[in-house]
Amino acid sequence: MSQADTAKPHLSREHLLGLLTGMVRIRRFEEKCAKLYQQEKIRGFLHLYIGEEAIAVGSMQALTPADAIVATYREHGHALARGVSMDAVMAEMYGKTEGCSRGRGGSMHLFEAATRFYGGNAIVGGGLPLAVGLALAEKMQQRAGIAACFFGEGAVAEGEFHESLNLAELWRLPVLFVCENNLYAMGTRLERSESQPDIHIKAQSYNVPAEVVDGMDVVAVEAATRRVCASIRAGGGPALLECRTYRFRAHSMFDPQLYRERAEVEEWKHRDPIDRLAAWMRQTGVLHDSDLAAIEAQVATEIEQSVAFAESGHWELVAELARDVYAAEGAR
Amino acid sequence: MTDGTPEITYRDAIREAIREALLADPRVFLMGEDVGRYGGCYAVTKGLLDEFGPDRIRDTPLSESAFVGAGIGAALGGMRPIVEIMTVNFSLLALDQIVNNAATIRHMSGGQFAVPVVIRMATGAGRQLAAQHSHSLEGWYAHIPGLKVVTPATLEDARFMLAAALADPNPVLIFEHVMLYNRSGVLPADAGPVDIRRAIVRRFGKHVTLVTYGGTLFKTLDAAATLAKEEVEVEVVDLRVLRPLDAETLLASVRKTRRAVIVDEGWRSGSLSAEISARIMEGAFWELDGPVCRVCSAEVPIPYPHHLEEAALPQPTAIVAAAKAALGA
Repeated sequence: MSQADTAKPHLSREHLLGLLTGMVRIRRFEEKCAKLYQQEKIRGFLHLYIGEEAIAVGSMQALTPADAIVATYREHGHALARGVSMDAVMAEMYGKTEGCSRGRGGSMHLFEAATRFYGGNAIVGGGLPLAVGLALAEKMQQRAGIAACFFGEGAVAEGEFHESLNLAELWRLPVLFVCENNLYAMGTRLERSESQPDIHIKAQSYNVPAEVVDGMDVVAVEAATRRVCASIRAGGGPALLECRTYRFRAHSMFDPQLYRERAEVEEWKHRDPIDRLAAWMRQTGVLHDSDLAAIEAQVATEIEQSVAFAESGHWELVAELARDVYAAEGAR
Repeated sequence: MTDGTPEITYRDAIREAIREALLADPRVFLMGEDVGRYGGCYAVTKGLLDEFGPDRIRDTPLSESAFVGAGIGAALGGMRPIVEIMTVNFSLLALDQIVNNAATIRHMSGGQFAVPVVIRMATGAGRQLAAQHSHSLEGWYAHIPGLKVVTPATLEDARFMLAAALADPNPVLIFEHVMLYNRSGVLPADAGPVDIRRAIVRRFGKHVTLVTYGGTLFKTLDAAATLAKEEVEVEVVDLRVLRPLDAETLLASVRKTRRAVIVDEGWRSGSLSAEISARIMEGAFWELDGPVCRVCSAEVPIPYPHHLEEAALPQPTAIVAAAKAALGA
């Protein structure tokens, strides 16, 4: 029985170190990306997940390789936590052919067939119907996988949220909806756009079981995901987790953050999911200073290698511009 | 019928094509609004629920974006969905899924993911359904790289294009003109698989090429018959595929007749007919004896009263007049 099949997290030192490493890896990777953006190595939009790492890392613990993942344009963390290699993600940030989407997608469109990672969707709410369809394919082919769909609270205002929850429940499909509620849809605070700001209540109105989770607590996210996934895998239909979290950085690299107070950002930084796990592990005696140093060193090496990999990658030939618009002639 | 072969309608031909696909491949299923118990809003899918059951004939809520997106997702997950949308006007509620997901995912994923979904929908005017059920927007979809767009007009194409669309690894949109559903005839004994990459010449002639597709094919053939009585020999090209266009067949005909009239139920501004005209300019300008002409719908939302609806649409008399004008007659 793989660990993802068990309903409760097993909080061994090894497992906790894995969670901590997973979050540090995403944090440092994105900090590097922000620098590379300033150096114009990475262009286009860059949406950082910093502050929200506990959700991707915690929830992925409960998902198996057979499951399908659909994410948003703020998906570097999900791709890394899912197992897309840092090299392939970094090369994609550069737009090189060695990238996980052959350079065609960039930051917002990370894809990888081997890990069943179905993007990187930059239309808010656009991924939810895809997840419903992926779950339908699992069910109709009597396969055991579920579809996990990550989206922000902004997507809740889109019709796709409502249509997808209704359809998933109506057809009792194995979909895990993970709402990453970071309070702001770009600059619009939840209360300014929703007449009912309690998202889990909306899910319950479609008879979709839903619960609220502290999205800054990786263990809580893992535990909740294991619990609801056990129910989904047992044929209980879809479920929704509303993970309450906060984005420490701007919406994208072009955002002066006029819509929120610095004090609010600082307050949330006290709940930093990495610091919080590390402090708890120290308290319980399973984390030593040397562990943290080792994690940081290991992650730094991995990032350095991924930058070298991306730098030495290749630009697609312009002659290949039109490839993959349609399948090659004769393909099936 | 001398040989006892029964007449079938265009509607029957599509139903038979769907049946055949469901029987041939367990990955194929049909979903859409009222395709099951109701039997389809144009009765195309009548009886399929009884034969194949609710798992493969799925009635959906009125959630175009969700069920079209679910079709795209199911295709990503290994199925071969046939998604029915009641009319092209309703497909606008699913435009995001079709344009931003179905058409882009292969390219955005660097070729890792295919989206072999087939989306069928009714298009066109003629049933006095007014401005929210009668438009011809297939030309819009033909603008989008990553999509294939086919328009069966004949019984044979209605019967055999679906299999070709399902065998295609790309997303394929099938547009069925509402005025064709009741057309009936006998399928030729040798009717079989069609090549959805090719336009086809439906009538051979040497004086002028009439280029059309879908609902206006038979109006154009009627106009050609009228012109034949006046010894004008018209060639009629049925495009069949709006994207990717088969420019080769189109240009071969125009180079032969040296004159072209485009007949399209879409509006002319920013349209498919404009695109075809441009292709002719780019590919056969020096072989033309006169300017390319167009017969399109009047630039109005389709009105309800019969006489106004008819006045808004391309009609055989207008096609005859345009062909004569192209000939300088």
